Amino acid sequence: MSKINEAAYRRIEEICDMYAGEKTPLIMILSDIQKEFGYVPLDVQEIVSKKTGISVAEIYGVVTFYSFFSLTPKGKYVIGCCLGTACYVKGAQQIIDQFCEILGIRPGQTTDDALFTIDALRCIGACAAAPAVTINGKIFARVQVGDVPGIIAQYREEAENNV
Amino acid sequence: MSLVNIKIEGVPYQVEEGTTILEAARACGYEIPSLCSYNHGECNQGSCRVCLVEVKGARGLVASCVYPVNEGMEVIISSPKAIKARRTSVELLLSNHSQNCQQCHKNGKCELLYVAKLTGARENMFNGEKTETFYDDLTPSIVRDSSKCILCGRCIARCKSAHGNGVLGFEKRGFKTIVAPAGNISFAESPCIMCGQCVSVCPTGALMEKREEDLVYSAMSAGKHVIVQTAPAVRASLGEEFGLTVGTPVTGKMVAALRRLGFEKVYDTNFAADLTIMEEGFELIGRIKNGGKLPMITSCSPGWINYAETYYHDLLDNLSSCKSPHEMQGAILKTYYAQQKGYDPKDIFVVSIMPCTAKKYEKERPQLVTNGLKDVDAVLTTRELGDMIKRSGIIFNKLPDEEFDPDIMGDYTGAAVIFGVTGGVMEAALRTAYFVLEGKEYDAINFEAVRGLEGIKEATVNMAGMDVNVAVCSGMANAKVLLDQIREGNSRYHFIEIMGCPGGCINGGGQSYVRHAFLPNEDNDIVDTYREKRAKALYSEDERQKIRQSHNNPQVKELYEKFLGEPNSHLAHELLHTTYEGRKPFRIKE
Repeated sequence: MSKINEAAYRRIEEICDMYAGEKTPLIMILSDIQKEFGYVPLDVQEIVSKKTGISVAEIYGVVTFYSFFSLTPKGKYVIGCCLGTACYVKGAQQIIDQFCEILGIRPGQTTDDALFTIDALRCIGACAAAPAVTINGKIFARVQVGDVPGIIAQYREEAENNV
Repeated sequence: MSLVNIKIEGVPYQVEEGTTILEAARACGYEIPSLCSYNHGECNQGSCRVCLVEVKGARGLVASCVYPVNEGMEVIISSPKAIKARRTSVELLLSNHSQNCQQCHKNGKCELLYVAKLTGARENMFNGEKTETFYDDLTPSIVRDSSKCILCGRCIARCKSAHGNGVLGFEKRGFKTIVAPAGNISFAESPCIMCGQCVSVCPTGALMEKREEDLVYSAMSAGKHVIVQTAPAVRASLGEEFGLTVGTPVTGKMVAALRRLGFEKVYDTNFAADLTIMEEGFELIGRIKNGGKLPMITSCSPGWINYAETYYHDLLDNLSSCKSPHEMQGAILKTYYAQQKGYDPKDIFVVSIMPCTAKKYEKERPQLVTNGLKDVDAVLTTRELGDMIKRSGIIFNKLPDEEFDPDIMGDYTGAAVIFGVTGGVMEAALRTAYFVLEGKEYDAINFEAVRGLEGIKEATVNMAGMDVNVAVCSGMANAKVLLDQIREGNSRYHFIEIMGCPGGCINGGGQSYVRHAFLPNEDNDIVDTYREKRAKALYSEDERQKIRQSHNNPQVKELYEKFLGEPNSHLAHELLHTTYEGRKPFRIKE
């Protein structure tokens, strides 16, 4: 389980305070935390519970209901494989399987080096580009199974150069 | 309140506007099968779809538990379409349900089995994948078996309504949805206070008490001196296990049954309730006179103690240091009683029959040990006792009335009996405090102001020229109000009684289940009135007692003369008082 440092604790409280006047602030608070910290673990939910008076059980329910929220940290690069109808019939399942095989993780998981997370997405509205893959917002169109190793290598290289 | 005209099965009725079809139909004499709805919409997920009916003009069938009646509505319960739909709903629930009904302890009181029979559900209609299941029996109190959960949400609603900030919630989504404490952790790691209110509303065997009958049978086979004690609230509910009207006091039959079950001594925890009043009453007077920490708060309810330790550890000094009555009784049994009767305390096995699931947890507390021995060895709920009696071939309703064993701790007063209902401990304490401070008995005996089932009650009693302000509350949602006042430094009370379960022990998590389906001879409003009826059983026993103040209990007096010395003496502190420890809400092991 994660340990929260003081600065993060204060920041989470700040985020809660921003929505103090709202009638139903939970989703907004959680999505700010998700965006800023990359995940919303149980001990962060406890802080939100204390600030908002909403039970941890309820918060946990919301976090696990929406796939946008994550209980564990996401990788530096989030690979979103669209499995919407158009992408699926164009072979998206093989694409995501190939990503999973090379990285050794399942959809929703993150690699041990914290570099990659694979997310299975429903339609992202890029059907003309089917099968489509997004990585940190960038769209790869008409991906083929053979492209996958190259895409991964490209991001590995980028990560190394940035260090 | 205005009335609307509706038709059910073509027959015209006038019903209250705004009520649901389900409740309106019940008032008109129809029973629509239902599962997820409970207690006038305390839970109204409308999720189980077992209560589907046809409403003329409505699109599709409607869930009668959430659909309000309106003028001119025509409801049809008996159309083939509705009957088949209700049956399908149940078959779908069964398709994702554990299939071990024969071994399930809920058998006989399971609402899912009941509606399965009622709707004519067929076997194996939908075979396929099942949701991943979880089993948690790590606490001594409550077992959660998600394979039997139908996701009705009743437990979530009850936990929230009783305690304000619920412990249970829905997790994940769709087919993977489960009901669990946040993080799908064990109750043992969660802020759960073990009160068992969730157990008392669960329609299936998904939430049940952890059973301890086998501990008792083993102790008996091992030749231990097995002594049983019964909490006051049990006698007001046990009869329901045998089909008696809710609120029938069954003290005499209960004693007779316990003897026939093989308990060598049958005592009433009421003796220790009187003892508690002596200790707690003198503790209060001491605090008031010597400027001790006020308000003082009662400590009989282990659910409340769990809550205090979890959320209000800064106020633990406000709690009375008294052990709860059955723990006191256990401590006296393993010391004074053992001495008097010539038993080795190691050979004594103390069983408590309690209306409570939290007491099971309480008995395991390391603080509740005397000379290396647990004060209490096993705790059974009212329901477990009912099952043991049936199992032993005893026909409860034909038993003669018998008396508790009269020796050493056989006496009890009316003050002790009312411990089982919210306000009872306060009233018992006031009767004695008044006597100690004024030097004479309170003429009216009863303190009516602290009676009744409201969430928070308050009163001011003038004693020895001083106004003593008291408050009584039950359910943690109400306790929070009073506790926050103390925290903020503006509490005006000297003494507060707090009980974990709404209404006190009569509504404890270990009491008989109250369900329309299984109580066909009770009134329609039984889910509203059962607490009152059980409370009445206790107040009537109080009225029948010759002695009605704890300080007049002859054997309690004798215990002080021969053994303890005086209330709050050194020995009394050693045996009858305890300590508390703050803890984190979530105790997940890394």
